Formats: sequence, C-alpha cells, structure tokens
Amino acid sequence: MKQAGLTKQERRTTFETMRGTMAILLGGVLAGGTAACVNVSAPDKPIVINLNINVTQEVVYRLDNEAKSLIKQNPGIF
Amino acid sequence: MTYAKNFRTVLMVAGALAVTGVSAVAFAQRDPAYAAARAEGKVGEQPDGYLGVVGAGTPELRALVNSINIQRKAAYTQKAQASGATVEQMAFTSGCNLIQQTSAGEKYKTPSGAWATRGAGAPERDSRCI
Repeated sequence: MKQAGLTKQERRTTFETMRGTMAILLGGVLAGGTAACVNVSAPDKPIVINLNINVTQEVVYRLDNEAKSLIKQNPGIF
Repeated sequence: MTYAKNFRTVLMVAGALAVTGVSAVAFAQRDPAYAAARAEGKVGEQPDGYLGVVGAGTPELRALVNSINIQRKAAYTQKAQASGATVEQMAFTSGCNLIQQTSAGEKYKTPSGAWATRGAGAPERDSRCI
C-alpha cells in the first residue's frame, strides 16, 4: 500500500509510536488486572445460619394472644 | 323483605354454629393414646411449637406424634395467615405457651435441647418467651 505524503522515516516513527503505545496499554491492563484482583478464601469454620432470627420477642408479644386462642380452640392436638 | 333477611341471618348463624359444633367434636379432647404418652413422659413439648418423642420411642408413638404435628402445622399455618405472620413465628409463640401450660410430670425441651420434666416451678424457656 502506498502511503502518500509520508517518508520512510516518518512511517517508521509512526509504527514505533504505535508499538510503544500498545506496550503501555498492555502493561496497564496487566497491572490493572492484578490490582483489581479480589481474593476470596473459604472460612475455616462452618457457616451457621440461625433460622430463629425470624422470631423476635416483639413478634412473640404480638402473636401471644393469637397463640393462646389457637391452643384453646384445638384441645385435641395441643 | 326484612323478614326474609332476618331469616337468612338466622340460617347463617345456625349453619356457623353447626360447623363450629362439628369441629369442636372433632378436636374435643386428646386421643387417649396421646394423653397417656404425655402423662408418662414419652412425648414432650418443644420450643418450636411441635411435639417431640422422648428417646427412641416406638413406631406407633412416632406415627402418633407425626400425625399430631401435621395437624398442628395446619393450625399454625391457618392462624399465621390470618395474623400476617409466618408459620414459624406462630409455631414458636405457641411453643412458648405450650411449655408454660405443661403439667407437673410432663416433659418439655429446654432451649439447650435437653428434655426436662416439668416440676412445680416455672419451666425453662427461650428468652424470647413472655
């Protein structure tokens, strides 16, 4: 391909500049990749999910009368 | 018009009474096998609102407890929906009451998970119970 208006010297300079830019970009991606890496390690203790967290004392207060009447209404199963 | 309306109301009340009467008969009292197992400490109340078998138990006893627990869960579910609560919340609150209502000699499960025999004093319950 013939590039009009550019001498051989100019073309080489352009090529080298591009190569330099690509090297910097590649380096940046690599460095960035390392910096953004998040290390996830499994805990050594087993994960315990406490299901009782759904029942607070506030809930017990609110439902206490309902529970009492439910028990009274079904003496055969309580 | 008014008479017809009144008559209809009377019919509805009578119908409601009949339904209540039938369900009251169905759940009138404890099954004799259940009553005996409770008195003998073979079954006990748990903090989660369900009945538990103390020790290994017999297949018959485990079937009895399962049957009662299924009925309890149905009752909790119905009441929980009416109260805008979860089944677990309704069951737990009932469990607090059921342990409180145990008679001397009956078994109940403490928050630590061990079976205890109800004595004369207050039972050992979860700190959230009131």
